[in-house]
Amino acid sequence: MPAESAAEAIAQLGARLQAGGFVKPSWVQAAIEREKIFATGLPTAEVGVAIPHTDVEHVLQQAIAVGVLTEPILFGEMGNPENTVPVRLVCALAVAQSQFLLKLLQQLVQMFQTPGVLSQIVSAASPAQIARIFEDHLELTEDITT
Amino acid sequence: MNGEKRVLIACGTSIATATVVAEKVKEIAKEAGVKVNVVQCKAAEVRSKISTFNPHVIVATTPVPKDLGMPVFNGVPFLSGVGMDKLKSQIIEALHQA
Repeated sequence: MPAESAAEAIAQLGARLQAGGFVKPSWVQAAIEREKIFATGLPTAEVGVAIPHTDVEHVLQQAIAVGVLTEPILFGEMGNPENTVPVRLVCALAVAQSQFLLKLLQQLVQMFQTPGVLSQIVSAASPAQIARIFEDHLELTEDITT
Repeated sequence: MNGEKRVLIACGTSIATATVVAEKVKEIAKEAGVKVNVVQCKAAEVRSKISTFNPHVIVATTPVPKDLGMPVFNGVPFLSGVGMDKLKSQIIEALHQA
């Protein structure tokens, strides 16, 4: 998907989550605000990843919205927001329980660190193919929308 | 090594990234034969935790002040995988010296 800024990418994915009934209309603004305070860009070995998310009160049902950006856009780096990370894979996490966020994060971190997986995702031919890669690597049952 | 080393892990909410990093720190400390007591907190609580917990080392996934009087490490490599081996050895070294 094309996007000009981190906020725009979050808004696009948030709109998909909202259309699917996974988040409240307040999610997008809350996630954009959180991203400014606690940046979520991860400079992984292959493809920059961002995992925007926000508080459980904005979430109706757990889901991940995955967006592959046509051109990389800059997200603040987690833990180091004066740095930026060129991001091509954005995983918007709609998390309804903090316990779930933890499990999801552990599995996503494993997945991002598995050589080749991120390259596979950004060069996937279809959303269904991306969803399959996520399903293969995440043991959780959740809805995946792209 | 004399006794247990206290490690404070800080992140935005103290539940998610801090827990992932805490597990990694426990794992590498065990491998290195260092006994650790790991406590998590929110970034905003770091100063108050220092006075109550008195950590030897701090690992954070959000920005925390650098002038805290003990080694402070950025824990994000545990999440991204980049620079993880270097960070592991730096933390272990700091724990040995603490």
